[in-house]
Amino acid sequence: MVGKEKNKITLPEALQAVAKSGLETLCPKDKIRIAVGYATCGIAAGADVVYAELEKQIFDNTLEDRIILTKTGCFGFCKMEPFVNVYFPGKPLVIYYNVNSNDIEKIISAALHGKVFTEKALCKIEHWNHITSETDYGKGFDDIPLWNELPYYSKQVKVVMRNAGITNPNSIEEYIAVGGYQSLFKVLKQMSPNDVIEEISDAGLRGRGGAGFPTGIKWRNTQKEKSKTKYLVCNADEGDPGAYMNRNEMESDPHMIIEGMIAGAYAIDAKTGFIYIRAEYPLAIERLQRAINQAHEYGLLGENILDSGFSFDIFITRGAGAFVCGEETALIASLEGEAGRPRPRPPYPSVHGLWGMPTNINNVETWCNIPVIIEKGADWFKALGSPNNAGTKVFSLVGNINKVGLAEVELGTPLETIVCDVGACGIDKKRIKAVQTGGPSGGCIPANLFDTPVDYDNMKKVGSIMGSGGIVVLDEDSCMVDTAKYFLNFSVDESCGKCVPCREGLKHMHEILEQISDGKGKPEDIDLLKQMSETIKKTSLCGLGQTAPNPVITTLQYFENEYREHIEEKVCEAKVCRELTSFYIVADKCTGCTLCAKHCPVNAIDGQAKYVHIIDQETCISCSSCFNVCPFDAIVKLSGESMETPEKPIPVKK
Amino acid sequence: MNDNNIDKILIKYPEPTGQILSILEDIQAKDGYLSREVLSQVAGKINLPVSKLYSVATFYSFFNLQPVGTNIISVCMGTACHVKGAPQILEALQDLLDVEGDGMTENRKFILTTKDKCCTLTQARCFGACSMAPVISINEKVYGYVDVKKLPKILKEYGWKGKK
Repeated sequence: MVGKEKNKITLPEALQAVAKSGLETLCPKDKIRIAVGYATCGIAAGADVVYAELEKQIFDNTLEDRIILTKTGCFGFCKMEPFVNVYFPGKPLVIYYNVNSNDIEKIISAALHGKVFTEKALCKIEHWNHITSETDYGKGFDDIPLWNELPYYSKQVKVVMRNAGITNPNSIEEYIAVGGYQSLFKVLKQMSPNDVIEEISDAGLRGRGGAGFPTGIKWRNTQKEKSKTKYLVCNADEGDPGAYMNRNEMESDPHMIIEGMIAGAYAIDAKTGFIYIRAEYPLAIERLQRAINQAHEYGLLGENILDSGFSFDIFITRGAGAFVCGEETALIASLEGEAGRPRPRPPYPSVHGLWGMPTNINNVETWCNIPVIIEKGADWFKALGSPNNAGTKVFSLVGNINKVGLAEVELGTPLETIVCDVGACGIDKKRIKAVQTGGPSGGCIPANLFDTPVDYDNMKKVGSIMGSGGIVVLDEDSCMVDTAKYFLNFSVDESCGKCVPCREGLKHMHEILEQISDGKGKPEDIDLLKQMSETIKKTSLCGLGQTAPNPVITTLQYFENEYREHIEEKVCEAKVCRELTSFYIVADKCTGCTLCAKHCPVNAIDGQAKYVHIIDQETCISCSSCFNVCPFDAIVKLSGESMETPEKPIPVKK
Repeated sequence: MNDNNIDKILIKYPEPTGQILSILEDIQAKDGYLSREVLSQVAGKINLPVSKLYSVATFYSFFNLQPVGTNIISVCMGTACHVKGAPQILEALQDLLDVEGDGMTENRKFILTTKDKCCTLTQARCFGACSMAPVISINEKVYGYVDVKKLPKILKEYGWKGKK
């Protein structure tokens, strides 16, 4: 982290000069810019191959002088990845989707002529509002829709994700070009720490990690403490399975987090900050570290930032895989190098935190919101969202839904808008049964309550929580007992073992659920589950235990009939619970290909080539192997009923 | 890991007692796992009871307490992947790799290694690639939209010789 003195920014003019150099790569005047959406999800979809092919063809055709090849973060529409966007000076930015190596030649050739390869063009951007700045790309390409004309984006409001997929996350210059680090001049040169806290309090920003505690109050509590040493922490231990917005925020726009943290540090008077990030996110770690180094080079981190007399530095600490470390006292224990077991509160971390010092902890997305609030003011922020729930929230829309991806909407947007308008409802026209929000601490919300506005207060009213923003869509193929069991299993595994209700209680609840899904449930189990849930909620030490029964409570509340079907009729309508599901081979469809018999782990399938195969129900363990490999859809799953099949293999009908 | 290498790691940390996690992560990055011997050696060097290190090593699912294979195959068990059939993917991999058992180790971690030490099969909480569920990763390369039929082709990239 060697700072090059000559680069250090102390005056707004110097920042403007850097912004100018950033614009040269973001919107070059006489070159074409081709950028590949290069976040973890994009890479998994093949962005690495696409990037390599672009690089090769640009090199092979000696186009380096005409084309700038670069990377961006994720544009949020994960289903359409890999994304490539192309800017030809004066024309709209064109976004290509599902790009593969075969498309590259056509994309480059179109770009060289200022044209579009329409077959793979998803949309165009003529004007982009970075909020902290605006970019006019140009007009034209009339046959391609504008980005916000697409149903996926039309209901979205990009505040936190305003740069994601547009700017290069590895370039501090591009971040500065779109208004980045501007807020620091305001904070460090014009505002007192009190002013900063007032602004954030007035904006009504609430913690984006899930609990929704007002950020301003949290900062005030830490500021009040008289201590020479205070710490600031960014909680990047995104542990909720099914939520990945923090990963995207860190991979797509790491400087936004750093800028937010500097403002927070100034407000509470902390000299040292930590980003506690889960080890499963290597790319986010790499980009954050690079961003920190770049901020150092420009004097935006380190000693005497902007010549204001204020000094602050940020260090990255990797987690080691423990969900409970998202809880702030457990996170502190982990930062101290201990096993991450929660500690009783009070004392709160704002009083007695890391190494006993006052410590302020906020989630990644909370930090993302700070620069824009400072820049645009509390009133601007409050105008977004619903009363008492200001601003936007990024949700990850996953599971059995058509358009998976990250959607940023104003708080208070009805669930239906998110699931049906943005996400375009279920796959293969299947009926959506419920959504699960808030991860293992949240609950299931049935389809008939989809008019519920999604914000902290309304989600609580229907028994769930907003949590960090994961929305997992469950359709008719999902069993609610199995879903509850899945989350309890998760919590049992992740329970740190410190307090009895969580350690023992959850385990017993899980056993009861296993019995029910095995067809051995008893009618009284339902009341027992309800009682245990209440006790565990009331008596657990930390948030993990206090919320772990939520998935059971909500599924019982809205889907008690499914539990009863499992218990009384031994039926799993979704055919997920193994012990209640049987597999049969439909004689008319079987071609005698023998594939199923080869894959059966218990040799329960009888048959030979060109003969209809038969599953021996006594031996079958309902593992689905045959069902998964049959190329002719000849295997059916049934629950609560049986099917007539030949007694022994017979020749297949021609 | 020999004495010398342990010292090389420890010297990076001026206050090793507060940085056990990083130290253990560094060791695992080199050895692939934390052996009982190495844990005792480190404990001796930084003057902490070995139980303390063991407590940290068993608390976090990242750490392996037994040797692992050349390739680490992780099946994401996140919610989106669960809904999209991750349990079947795990079972199919167990079948293809011919590794049996519940895989539970002393630190309640699921881990199974093939006899030829070519592959280690393990579970992950969530890679945050939920949009491409179900997802597996092999040596940190993430594969999205996996289905049972695609698995043999993927495994062959890593020297898997086919099911016996």
